[in-house]
Amino acid sequence: MMEKIRFTLNGKPVELETDTSQILLWVLRTGFGLTGTKFGCGIGFCGACTILVDGVAQRSCGMAVKEIEGKKVVTIEGLAEGEKLHPVQKAFLHHEAQQCGFCTPGQIMNAVALLKADPKPSRKRIIEGMNGNLCRCGAYNRIIAAVETASKEINGGTKL
Amino acid sequence: MNTEEINEIYFGDVDLPVNPGRREFIKKLGAGLFIIFTVKPFGLIAEEEEDKVKREDFNLFLRIREDGRVECYTGKIEMGQGITTSLAQVLAEELEVELNSIDMIMGDTDLCPYDAGTWGSLTTRLFDPVLRAAAIEARMELIKLASAELKISEDQLKAENGFVVAVKDKTLKVSYGSLTKGKRIVKTVRRAPVFKKPADFKKVGKMISATNAILKVTGKAKYSGDIQLPGMLYAAISRPPAHGSKLLSVDKSKAEAIPGVKVMVIENLVAVLHANPNMAANAAAAIKAEWSKPEVLATDKTIFKYLVEQGKETRVVEEKGNLELGFADADFILDAEYHDGYKAHASIETHTATAYFEGDRLIIWASTQTPFGTRKDLATKFNVPLEKVLVKPILLGGGFGGKTSNDQAIEVALLAKESGTPVQLAWTREEEFMYDKFRHAAVMQIKAGVKKSGKIVAWKYNIYCAGNRGVNDFYGIPNLRVALYDKKGIHPFGTGAWRAPGNNTTTFARESHIDVLADKIGMDPLAFRLANVSNSKLERTLRLAEKTFKYTSAKPGKNRGCGIALGFDAGTYVAVIAEVEVNPSTGVVKVLRVVCAQDMGQVVNPHGATVQAEGCITMGLGYALYEDIAFNWGEVITRNFDNYEFTRFSTTAPVEVAFIDDMNAPPQGGGEPAIICVGGAIANAVFHASGARVNQMPVIPELILANHK
Ligand code: FES
Ligand code: FES
Repeated sequence: MMEKIRFTLNGKPVELETDTSQILLWVLRTGFGLTGTKFGCGIGFCGACTILVDGVAQRSCGMAVKEIEGKKVVTIEGLAEGEKLHPVQKAFLHHEAQQCGFCTPGQIMNAVALLKADPKPSRKRIIEGMNGNLCRCGAYNRIIAAVETASKEINGGTKL
Repeated sequence: MNTEEINEIYFGDVDLPVNPGRREFIKKLGAGLFIIFTVKPFGLIAEEEEDKVKREDFNLFLRIREDGRVECYTGKIEMGQGITTSLAQVLAEELEVELNSIDMIMGDTDLCPYDAGTWGSLTTRLFDPVLRAAAIEARMELIKLASAELKISEDQLKAENGFVVAVKDKTLKVSYGSLTKGKRIVKTVRRAPVFKKPADFKKVGKMISATNAILKVTGKAKYSGDIQLPGMLYAAISRPPAHGSKLLSVDKSKAEAIPGVKVMVIENLVAVLHANPNMAANAAAAIKAEWSKPEVLATDKTIFKYLVEQGKETRVVEEKGNLELGFADADFILDAEYHDGYKAHASIETHTATAYFEGDRLIIWASTQTPFGTRKDLATKFNVPLEKVLVKPILLGGGFGGKTSNDQAIEVALLAKESGTPVQLAWTREEEFMYDKFRHAAVMQIKAGVKKSGKIVAWKYNIYCAGNRGVNDFYGIPNLRVALYDKKGIHPFGTGAWRAPGNNTTTFARESHIDVLADKIGMDPLAFRLANVSNSKLERTLRLAEKTFKYTSAKPGKNRGCGIALGFDAGTYVAVIAEVEVNPSTGVVKVLRVVCAQDMGQVVNPHGATVQAEGCITMGLGYALYEDIAFNWGEVITRNFDNYEFTRFSTTAPVEVAFIDDMNAPPQGGGEPAIICVGGAIANAVFHASGARVNQMPVIPELILANHK
């Protein structure tokens, strides 16, 4: 059904006239040109499409647009403040936690939400929290290290 | 390139027809100093390897631009293996420039010289010396130009950080850029180069981060599905239920009722196009098509029996001594059959392409490991000269051999042509599983004879469908026969190259059987390997693994065990030791740690090589323990990640990688070798931990419990 919906996208209020049953992932990618959010499986099993909705990690491949009415959506493109990268992004670079990079935006968004909910996660908690994000290149150990490093910075430790 | 050809390259030693020479494209590039390079004349690479580098009349070229930037054009592509960085590093080293002044231009079929494809760990191995020689030639040429300009003899000049400087007075200098200004010099390499000595390296062998990493962490990195063109339509396809199905009838009415939809039926391809990908998917689902159902010849339950029934001996790979005498000489003779099921590539990026026509010229971005092969396939399909197709460079979201085949490129091009609009096609995950060129299911039959003393004396090895990569004996077995069995069209669906093709499968079988023999005569598996191994590089690699792992023959704990596997791939020697814990009541395996030692010659980029090896081990745990395809002949039942399990965070093990860093030896492949030993090491560790010898991959709990003694 065509409807007008409003939400905040990467800090800016946006308005969209659309069939609100549409999948959010494709609306972000084609409607807004935010192609950093990736398609991997379409059924919520890989995490490539992860975004933040009101600060919580969500799989955009399984969300209808109507579910974000009035909410704050952040995609990988909205994470850095200008040139200033988010601590998780910096930590990924530092640990070279990306290979082909295709899962990377989803991994980063999931990690950001994880650290929001639990700024000092144990290793076990990181593994549990990230377990639904797949990486075929096998960068898992580096990603865990990156989340640990980012956690330190967020908690006032050394900045990268 | 079709699967048959790819298989030939992977599983045989073939030389593809060489394309006609074409230097035209250099003319398009304007001014600068160009060094173009042909491998052959200087024998920098052993002859047999050279056959694998397909070329027009040169493989790559360098350009020193008027602004001093250095461009390197190669037909290779970046799919996460880090070659953008490792090639640039080598170039910066020999050319004496900063790493950030180098632009790597890769896989553009208009701009880059022909390349057969990025696979088989060949990039570093073959291109490293080539690139170095070209860089050295460029440096000499720049010194020559500077000599004329500065009026200083060549032997009194040297290259330093993008300048040619006088040895005696460093204020006398001239930049590379100004030396090439307004000039157009094209050189080939005319002399065999003198490479820089490893001790003098400033950049090679240093840890550096991948240059394009920042794009990846900010979401700006562009893949084939991220290209958006004006007027572009998204394609979705209504697929048959099984391979071999023929289209009987199609009812397009419901789909066509959706506003803005174009339905197209081209041969067996039933596609819908829409400006909105959501709508395209809905429309494809609304198509009612009827397909024929092909006969079922085998399923995932019966496939191994089927392969043995159908396979015929095609080739004897290796034969030594006299098997009969060998077996007569043995104290024990043990035979076993090993199985490996089909595996998907499962890159997180599915096969994707975006294409449009500019007049009669096709422009395409495709997630392909073989841009030139894709160009050829497209030109053939449309019956046009190669120049009428341009495959643009683009990042790949993983490949692992799966993107050497590019049916999505053909499909998207057909649709773009038919519709007259730009079209993007990203396969769904279900399509990806259906049309993947799977790693072959395979059967290995081994009969081996061993003496009480620990010497293996006979080895009869029949390999069904796994090919010969890495199967040559390195245990110094005096009486041996290794034969391949296969048949054209034996598999129910497409199969092809999967990271280190065939070698994972055969290494699993061989290394399992080595442990079976060691166990029979009551010898420690490591000592048994050392007693037999006949290759000194492999021996020192195993020693390095032993040391790094701190291996002892004792069981590491209750329900725990260690397993070893050795292997050889792409010029690299690998030894892996894994420690696992097996839950005795559930059969669930937890991998506790993995050590991987490699002798890959000179380690060009230790950091990159470590990341690659870790990735290999992590991916390898998946094929060893979880990955399996369920099917009913051509009907692929496993269609998404909900029932295709591979390694994830919770099943990753700590990995330690160690290199025999032989700075004086040529660099060897790094993108694949480490993966080959994982299956064998895990199966052996499971045996050590639980006493269950599982002869089939994946080594799943059910099989462990069933084989428990
Ligand atoms: S694409 Fe959304 S979870 Fe895989
Ligand atoms: S970096 Fe390639 S899938 Fe994760």
